Amino acid sequence: MDYITINNKNVPITGEEKNLLEVIKKVGIEIPTFCYHSELSVYGACRMCLVEDDKGNLMTACSTKPRPGMKINTHSAKVIKIRKTIIELLLANYHQDCTTCGKSGHCKLQSLANSLGVDKIRFKPRKEYEELDRSSLAIVRNPNKCILCGDCVRMCSEVQGIGALGFVHRGPKVSVAPALEKNIADVECVNCGQCVAVCPTGAIIVNDNTQDVWEALNNPEKVVIAQIAPAVRVSIGEEFGVPEGENSLYKSVAALKLMGFDKVFDTAFTADLTVVEETYEFLERLEKGERLPQFTSCCPGWVTYAEKNCPDLLPNLSSCKSPQQMFGSLAKKYYAKELGITPDKLVVVSIMPCTAKKFEAKREEFKTNGEYDVDFVLTTVELARMIKEMGINFNELEPESLDMPFGFFTGAGVIFASSGGVAEAALRLAAEKITGTTFDAIDFYDVRGLKGIKEAAITIGETTVKVAVVSGLGNAQKIIEKVRKNEVQYDLIEVMACPGGCVGGGGQPVPNDMETRKKRAEAIYKIDATMPLKKSQDNPAIVEIYRKWLDQPNSEKAHHALHTNYIHRKRISGMEISDETTENIKKLEVSICVGTNCYLKGSYDLMQKLIALAEEKNMTELLEFKGTFCMENCAHGPSVKIGIDNHKYGVQKDEAEVFFNDVIIPKIKSLNKTTSV
Amino acid sequence: MNKTLTFNELQKECSKIIKNEKIRINICAGLGCVAKGSLELYDEFKKVLKEKNLDTSIDVLLKEEKKEGVNTIKTGCIGICEAGPVILITPGDILYLHVQNKHVREIIDKTILNNELVEEILPKNYDGAVCKNIKEVPFYAKQEKIVLRNCGQIDPTDIRDYIAHNGYTALYKSLFELSPEEVINIMIDSKLRGRGGGGFPTGLKWKFAAAEKDSKKYVVINADEGDPGAFMDRSVLEGDPHSVIEGAAIAAYAIGANEGYIYVRAEYPLAVERLQLAIQQAEKYNILGENIFGSNFSFHLKIKEGAGAFVCGEETALLASIEGFRGMPKPKPPFPAQKGLWGHPTIINNVETMACVAPIINNGADWFKKFGTPESPGTKTFALSGKLKNTGLVEIPFGVTLRELVFDIGGGIKDDGKFKAVQIGGPSGGCLTEEHLDMPIDYDSIKKAGAIVGSGGLVVLDDKTCMVETARFFMSFTQAESCGKCVPCREGTNRMLEILNRIVSGEGTLEDIDLLEEIGFVVKEGSLCGLGKTAPNPVLSTLKYFKEEYLAHIEEKTCPARQCKKLEYYYIDPDKCKGCTICAKQCPSRAIFGIPKEPFFISQERCVKCGICITVCPFGAIELK
Amino acid sequence: MTTKRIDLTPIKNFFAEHPGLKRNNLIMILQKVQELYGYLPEEVIDFISEEIKVPKAKIYGVATFYSQFRLEPQGKYVINICNGTACHVKGAPSLVDEVEGILGIKSGQTTPDGLFTLETVNCIGACGLAPAVVINDKIYGKVTPEKIAELVNQLKAGEK
Repeated sequence: MDYITINNKNVPITGEEKNLLEVIKKVGIEIPTFCYHSELSVYGACRMCLVEDDKGNLMTACSTKPRPGMKINTHSAKVIKIRKTIIELLLANYHQDCTTCGKSGHCKLQSLANSLGVDKIRFKPRKEYEELDRSSLAIVRNPNKCILCGDCVRMCSEVQGIGALGFVHRGPKVSVAPALEKNIADVECVNCGQCVAVCPTGAIIVNDNTQDVWEALNNPEKVVIAQIAPAVRVSIGEEFGVPEGENSLYKSVAALKLMGFDKVFDTAFTADLTVVEETYEFLERLEKGERLPQFTSCCPGWVTYAEKNCPDLLPNLSSCKSPQQMFGSLAKKYYAKELGITPDKLVVVSIMPCTAKKFEAKREEFKTNGEYDVDFVLTTVELARMIKEMGINFNELEPESLDMPFGFFTGAGVIFASSGGVAEAALRLAAEKITGTTFDAIDFYDVRGLKGIKEAAITIGETTVKVAVVSGLGNAQKIIEKVRKNEVQYDLIEVMACPGGCVGGGGQPVPNDMETRKKRAEAIYKIDATMPLKKSQDNPAIVEIYRKWLDQPNSEKAHHALHTNYIHRKRISGMEISDETTENIKKLEVSICVGTNCYLKGSYDLMQKLIALAEEKNMTELLEFKGTFCMENCAHGPSVKIGIDNHKYGVQKDEAEVFFNDVIIPKIKSLNKTTSV
Repeated sequence: MNKTLTFNELQKECSKIIKNEKIRINICAGLGCVAKGSLELYDEFKKVLKEKNLDTSIDVLLKEEKKEGVNTIKTGCIGICEAGPVILITPGDILYLHVQNKHVREIIDKTILNNELVEEILPKNYDGAVCKNIKEVPFYAKQEKIVLRNCGQIDPTDIRDYIAHNGYTALYKSLFELSPEEVINIMIDSKLRGRGGGGFPTGLKWKFAAAEKDSKKYVVINADEGDPGAFMDRSVLEGDPHSVIEGAAIAAYAIGANEGYIYVRAEYPLAVERLQLAIQQAEKYNILGENIFGSNFSFHLKIKEGAGAFVCGEETALLASIEGFRGMPKPKPPFPAQKGLWGHPTIINNVETMACVAPIINNGADWFKKFGTPESPGTKTFALSGKLKNTGLVEIPFGVTLRELVFDIGGGIKDDGKFKAVQIGGPSGGCLTEEHLDMPIDYDSIKKAGAIVGSGGLVVLDDKTCMVETARFFMSFTQAESCGKCVPCREGTNRMLEILNRIVSGEGTLEDIDLLEEIGFVVKEGSLCGLGKTAPNPVLSTLKYFKEEYLAHIEEKTCPARQCKKLEYYYIDPDKCKGCTICAKQCPSRAIFGIPKEPFFISQERCVKCGICITVCPFGAIELK
Repeated sequence: MTTKRIDLTPIKNFFAEHPGLKRNNLIMILQKVQELYGYLPEEVIDFISEEIKVPKAKIYGVATFYSQFRLEPQGKYVINICNGTACHVKGAPSLVDEVEGILGIKSGQTTPDGLFTLETVNCIGACGLAPAVVINDKIYGKVTPEKIAELVNQLKAGEK
C-alpha cells in the first residue's frame, strides 16, 4: 500500500489521483485555490495552493502528482505567509468595495480574505480604473475586479470551444478581454454565461434586471406574470441554505406572490407544448427524410452559436421557439385577451437558470404588436436576491400552488432542465405516435447523465430513431464536424450549450460545478418519477390550448405563435467596416423574407446567392442584406423588398442573377444618384 | 563538392582550401569592431594583399592555383571590445589593437613578410611593456577558450573553414563510434552544467529525455539571451554557429530526437542570418537532414524567432512560444524532458552549453575536467561591462577569482574610481563585494554568497554607482518583462518597484525596507518560474551588503554615490555668488531668486535639477550637493 | 481607426505560397504581416483567424504579448513632445493640447490619414531647450503653441 504523509498523517494513495489537492481533501482539508478548476486544464498561476515538503521545497498542489513517500505540510509558516500576501496584493486593486458589490457573499476572494485573516492592505490600486463592459444583455464584465485567474478564458476555450475571451498584453498590463479589446457583445460570445459560473470574483457577473422587475411590480397599471423554468426549482434553495436537489418550486411561488406577481406559471407547461410541436415537426421530417438530423432549438446559447458559426445547419434547426418564448407568445397573443387587458399592459417575467435567455427575450422577431413577448428575464440568483431584498424568510414560507392554465405540467416538461431531457420528452411522444399505442415504460435511460456526448439508438416498433445528446459547445462542435463529414447518422440531436444542461446555466447559484449539477439533475429525474403524468401529450392543459387557440400541432396558427427562423450573424461586429471614405455612399437595403413559407421555397438560398453576387461584383459596401419575417406574400414567395419601397418582388432562387442585374443594380445607381458603380 | 562525399573525403577537400595558407589574418567583425571600421579594414587588407599577389583566400583559390600566401577572413568577436578594431595573426597569435587602414601596409610589409612586429599597435602590459603575442596580454592570459575556441579564428560564414579546423569530427565520432548511451555517459562524466544560468547537469538532463519512450522527441537550443548587457551567446552564434549545430546534432542522437529548433531572439538579426546560412551549408554537405554522413540518423534543425519577450528565455515559456502561444511559463513538474514541445520529451540547452559538447566528445570527459573546479568543471564566458578598463567578452575556467577577473583581466576600475561591487547574473543575480574578491568563481561559491553565475553578464560598479538605483533599474526591467501570469511576480515586483521608486526620489520610509524584504520573500518563494523567483535577488542582495545606502536615501534623503538625481540639490555658495543674474535668467523653471548684486538662492521646490545654472555661472559659485 | 481599406492580397499570397500553416507558425505569420503592412491590421487578424482556425482573442493575445508587434500604424511624422519635468513646467501640456486640437487625435494615437503620430515622452535630456519637441529625430526647442501649430500645419501643407 502506497501512501504519502500530509501534516504528519499517513494517507493511502491509489496512484489514480490527479494531484495533491485530491489527496489532501481526503484528510479533510480544502487548500485555497483561485485558478484551479477540476474540469479545466491546470494553470498554476494563483500560487494559493502551494504546499511545502520536508526538504523545504514548495510545490503547487494542483499540478503535482502524489508520489509514494512524499511528506507534505499544507500550512507551514512559509505557505501561510505567501497565501496572505497574495490576497493582500490582490485586494489592493479595486477590491475594497465588498459592501456594494453584486458578488458579495459569493466571492472567493472575499471569503478567503476572511478565512485567512488578512487584516491589512498596505498598497493602493496600481492601475487606472476601467469602465465596465455593459454591452451584453446577458453578462457584465468588470475588469477592475479581475484577478487574472484565467478560469473564464479556459472555460470558454476548452469546454465551450469558442475562445471569446483571452489574456492580452504582458506583465502589469495583463488583462482578460475579448478579441481586439472590443465589447463582449461584439465578438463571438453566445451568452451562455459559463464564464460567470467559474469566475471566483465579481469580474464577470450576470446582468442584473431586478430593478426593471421591481418597477413593473410596483406599477399599478401592469399585470405582471411569472414563468418558472424547471431548473430553477432544484437550485434556488441553495441560496437559502437548503441542501442541493430539494424541490423549492412551491415556496418560490409563494415568494413570487408576496413580491407582487399577479400570476405564477410554469415554463414546464410550455415545455410540454414545445415537445408536441417539435416532435410533430420531427416525425414529419423523419417520414420525408429531409432536413435531418433535426437539432433542438430551445437553448438560446446554442441557437446564437449556430447562427454565428454554422449557417449551413440553420435549416436543420427545429423551427420551434423555446418554451420561454412560446410562453411569452401565448401570453401576449391570447392570454392578455383572456385577462381582459391589452398586451402592452401585460408584463411577462421569466425566471431562468440561463443568461442567454436575456438575449433571447430581446430578439426583434419575438414581439407581438411591437411588444416583446417576454419582457424581462431573471436568473435564479437574481430572484434569490429579490427575495432577500424583501426580507422574505424563504425557508419559513408556506408552499403555494401554481396558477392555471399555464401551471399544469408533466414530467416530460420538467426534465428539460437536464441534458437529455428534451430528447427523452420528445421520444415519449414519438414512441406513441410511431407505434400508435400508449405505453408506460417511457424512461429512456440512455440519454440521461452528465456525459458531454451521449448516443442512443431507440427502436420504436419498426422504426429506429438515432439520437445524440450533446452538452457543452465544444462537444457540439465535435458532433457538427462529424455530421458535416457524414461520419455519423443521427436523426435527432439535442444541443445544450451548458455542460450537463440547463441545471448548469450561467444564472445558477455558485458553486456551479459538475458535482452540484449532478445533484440538481438527479432531483429533476426524481420529480419526473413522482409525477402522475409523464408525457406531454397527456397534459390536459395542453390539449385545451390547442382546442382554444391553436387548432392542432404545426397548424398555421401554431406556426405563427410558436415557430421562428434564424439568421446568419457575423461573429465579430464592426468587421463589416463602415469606412469614413464611403460615408457618402448610401447603402441599398435588400430585405428577403425568411418566413417559413418563403424559406421552404428557398429564400435563404436566394439570399446567399445575392450576397455572393454582391461580393463577386465588389458591391458589398453598397448593399445591406437583411432577412426579415413574414412579409405576408407567401403565395408568391420567396419575397424580396428593396429599400423603403413597399413593393414585394417574388424572386425564385434561380432568378437571383437576373434580379441582381435588372433590379438591384439600377436601384443602387438611383439611390446614389450616379450612373456608375 | 557535393553530398556524395564521405566525411573523410569532405575533410580532405576542406583542408585543401587552406593548405596554401601560410599566414591567416583574422579581422574581428563583432559589433564593436565593425562600428569602428573593421569591415573597411578588411577591404583594405584584401586590396593590398592582392596588389602584392599574396592573397590566398578561398575565393581566390577557386580561380587559380597559388603558392603559399595569406588568408584574410572576417571572424567572430575576439573579445577585447574596448580596443577595436582588433586583428589576430596566426600562427604566432599576434594581436594588434586599434588597427586603422593606415596601418595595413606596415603590417603586411613588417609582420607578414618579415616576421617583425608593429609596436605602435601591439597591446601593452600594465607596466607598459609590449605583448608579443596574445598570451602575454593580461586580458587574455588567464582565459581558456573552449566555447569561443573558434571565435576570432575562423570564418563563420563558411562551413569548409569549420571542417578544416576539426569541425564535425565529434558528430562523426558519435554516430559511428559511440552509442547514444555512451555519448550520454561521457556528458555525465564531464559534469558539464547548463550554462544558461540554471547550472543543471547537462548529461543528466539528456539521460532523462533518453529514458522516455516516445518516438517523437525534440532538441531545443535556447538562444533567447535576454539579460541586458549580455552578448556571449550572440557572439557564439555570429562567430561560430556550427559549434552549436554540431552540439545539437550530437544531443539529438543521444536522446533519440530527429527534430530540433533553435529559438533566437528577434533582436539578433545577424545571428539569425548566420545560422540560416550555416544550416543551409550543413544540409548541402549532408551534415543535417536525412541520413547524416550516410548513417541511419536524421536530424532537421529549424530556426524559430522570438518576438521580443525576455521571459521566453525560461524553458516552458520558450516552448509555449514555439507552439504559437503567449510565452507564459507552466508549472514544473512535468519537466520538459518528460513532457515538452507538444507534449513530447524535449531537452532545452543554452547556446554555450551546446558549444561545449563537441570538444568534450572529441577530447573526453577527463580533458574537460582538467579545467575549472571539481564541482564546476570547464570554462564560462562572461560579458564584462561597467566601470572597467577592459570591457568585452572573456572565457575563463571556473576557479579564477573575482579579483583576477576584475583586476588582472578587466584591468581594474577606470577613471581612478574605487571598486565597490560586481553585479553578476543580470536581473536575476546579486552583487559580490570587496569581501568576495578572493572567492573563486564557480556555481557553488557564488550561490553561497547569495548570487548566481547566471548567463555570464557581469557589471563592475565603482563608488560613483548607487546600489539602490542599480537594484531599481533591474527591478524595472524585470517588471516590464514579467509575463503577468502569477500573482507574486506580477503584483509583487510591481509593488517592489513602486517602493524603490519612492526611495530613490527621497520619499522612502523605514517601513519600506521591511516591506521590500517581506514582499521579496513572497516573490522569491511563491513565483511560478525562474524570472519571478530570481527577480528580488538584486534588491535582497544590495539590501544585505549595502543597507547603509538604503538608509541614507531614506533617513538623510541623500544618495552617497551621487547618482540619484532626485536626491541631489543645487546650491549657490553665497560667498562666491556675485548676483550677476545670469543663472536666474537661464533657469527654465524660474527657480533662482535674488536681488541683483546680492547672493542669489535656489528654490528647491521649483528646481528641476537640469544643471544649466552650474554651466552658465561665470564664478563657479554653484555646486551640486 | 483607418479609412484605408486593407488589401488582403499580400497576406493571401503569403498563405498560398506556404500551405499548411498552423498555430505553431503564428509568431512567424505575425512577423510577416508586420513586414508587409507595417503593423497588424484588424482585418488581417480576422483573415488569419479563419485560415489557421485560432480564435481572434487568442491571436490578439499573442500580438499584445510580444514587444515587437504594433497594432497601430505609426504615422509618417512621429511627433514626440517631451514631458520631462523641465518641459512640463514650461508648458508641454499646452503643446499637447494644441496638437491634439489640430490633428483631432489624442496622445498615443495616429491620424486616420496615416500622417501623424502623437506621443509624449519622458525627459529627452534637452532641458535647456524646454519645452522640447522631437519630430522624426529632429529636435525643436523652446516651442510655443503657436510654433508647434505652425510646424504641424507646414507638414500638413507639404503633404497635399
